[in-house]
Amino acid sequence: MDYLTIIQILDSSLRLATPLLLTCLAGLFSERAGVVDIGLEGKLLAAAFLSGAAAAVTGSIWIGLLAGVAGSLAFSMLHGLASITFKGDQLISGVALNFLAAGLTVVIGQSWFQLGGRTPSLSGDGRFEAWNLPFADAMSKIPVIGPAYDELISGHTTLTYLALLAVPLSWWVLYRSRFGLRLRAVGENPSAVDTAGISVVKLRYAALVIAGVLCGLAGTYLASLAAGFVKDMSAGRGYIALAALIFAKWRPWYALWATLLFGLLEAIGNRYQSIALGDFVIPVQFMQALPYILTVIILAGFVGKAIPPRASGQSYVKER
Amino acid sequence: MNKMPKWADAVLIPLISILLAFFFSGLVIWAIGKDPVVAIKTMVQGAFGSTSGISYTLYYATNFIFTGLAVAVAYHARLFNIGGEGQAMLGGLGVTLVCLAVPWPHWTLALPAAMIGGALFGAAWAFIPAWLQAKRGSHIVITTIMFNYIGAALLGYLLTKVLKVPGSMLTESARFPEGAHLPNFSEILAPFGINFSPNAPANMAFFVALLCTFLFWILIWKTRLGYEIRAYGQSETAAKYAGINPSRIVIIAMLISGGLAGLMAINNVMGEAERLIDNAVEGAGFIGIAVALMGRNHPIGILLAALLFGFLYQGGAELSFWESIPRELVVVIQALVIMFTGALDNMVRMPLEKLFVALGKNKKKEA
Repeated sequence: MDYLTIIQILDSSLRLATPLLLTCLAGLFSERAGVVDIGLEGKLLAAAFLSGAAAAVTGSIWIGLLAGVAGSLAFSMLHGLASITFKGDQLISGVALNFLAAGLTVVIGQSWFQLGGRTPSLSGDGRFEAWNLPFADAMSKIPVIGPAYDELISGHTTLTYLALLAVPLSWWVLYRSRFGLRLRAVGENPSAVDTAGISVVKLRYAALVIAGVLCGLAGTYLASLAAGFVKDMSAGRGYIALAALIFAKWRPWYALWATLLFGLLEAIGNRYQSIALGDFVIPVQFMQALPYILTVIILAGFVGKAIPPRASGQSYVKER
Repeated sequence: MNKMPKWADAVLIPLISILLAFFFSGLVIWAIGKDPVVAIKTMVQGAFGSTSGISYTLYYATNFIFTGLAVAVAYHARLFNIGGEGQAMLGGLGVTLVCLAVPWPHWTLALPAAMIGGALFGAAWAFIPAWLQAKRGSHIVITTIMFNYIGAALLGYLLTKVLKVPGSMLTESARFPEGAHLPNFSEILAPFGINFSPNAPANMAFFVALLCTFLFWILIWKTRLGYEIRAYGQSETAAKYAGINPSRIVIIAMLISGGLAGLMAINNVMGEAERLIDNAVEGAGFIGIAVALMGRNHPIGILLAALLFGFLYQGGAELSFWESIPRELVVVIQALVIMFTGALDNMVRMPLEKLFVALGKNKKKEA
């Protein structure tokens, strides 16, 4: 394997990690506030569909982005209605939202476009353009650093850079802002937050709004990357993001590394159908299953223990 | 303190929730420019209008009874088993290995053996998440989701590399021997002089599902183990205080749950396909969640809910054929049923409770 191949694999890792990272950060905000979000997958799918549809009709991915974020936000608010306002089971609500997205996107998509659940393919302004960072062409001639800069760092779309920026931003919001302190507190000990005179309900809804926006970005990225919406195109990425969240132990910087790792696994799986280690051949299915296997191992506590926010999964009931 | 009579809790609330789910499903049909009334007529005609339709309805219902019971057993121990899909997949593997192992002379011998194979493999796939939950505190919802994907990858590998018939292009196992063929409804009903569509899939497994429903009722409400499962589900601390070992209950409840999901394979793999195909479970494991929630984890409720979803599934197929409404409409209905009967339960419950409290007060005044 030569240097350029490694750069190319890392480049596609970053490409594949982008939606995972955005979705993982969405789950991070939601779960840090005490709302478990199994519905990430559904939000991703709903956003991919609406952004793909809107971009196909208007020809602008930016209008697509707005539609995708709006759809994802609507799903987020439905999750809030069920699990915060009506104190329903957060897991069940999330499962329902995933099915709702899987069904509605195809039913509505067929009715709108008659393409068997697809949206018309996107081109030109209907997709995000790759950014060529300054001097990328000029630097590509320089050995070692050149190709790395040209292939790996330059040439991604707006949302990839936005996702990378979202990591320090999330860290700052969570650990350095008053809002973040309260948000983390509401996920650990909501009654203490309530006693301090801060609304638990409002904080949790705020977390779901952030999660909705981030999932909306991730879904739009998927639609833009694949040049249109295809049935079930999220393909379990919401669950992988959830796995990455556990892997990252609910921390923003770790979320970046975890999603990059899962992106790398997917990139290697895409490039090599099977990997031979001497006489033993690793089947492609093993590479596909590896993120899930790693998550189970992490969850089992054999490699460091993953402890979720203490109040996550519980509805907050005021004492009377 | 009971705010509501028991019948309201057991019948009225689920009924209102389902009506709400159907109302919104109707809205979706209306919104895509179709007529909900025509859609319902098409579905009823497709599901009950012919013996073939009835057979398909019962065939799907059989799958959902197994997966519904699977979710319900775990739910009584307050464990949310989302892994029914993967457990049913592995059950299919177990059934396939049993059916292909020996040239079975007769189905009466093959069926019990296949049941053991399916249940064992399903239970084994549930065992690891169960053990991790009981001993390491790993959240069972996440691990069972992961195991669905791991199971799908494992089966994909086995179908392409191990079970595939050499030289064949299809990713499926060899056909089961003639002796492993389960009688379908046409063959069962022929001696009674009843004509039933000969090519439709409902088979002997339906009766096994009914038997399991009855055994489920015995287990949960009439045995010591069932009592322990329910006690643990109500309150872990109280159960511990009463000398119940929590790890034991978690593992046993999940083994039964996985076993029931695995048993589904005698219907779809042994009864219908008669070979192991890719994606044989077709989401039945997930529908089990809707069935259990709708049926309030009670055998009679699960039976009725499974029949309803069998009807929706078969009717939905007809709908896509005649009305060109995609089959995914059933997924939308399934989602709405889970949402309203599961997560939005309080939305229906709270106003009803107020109503019953108000009614109770009025009666006291009159007296």
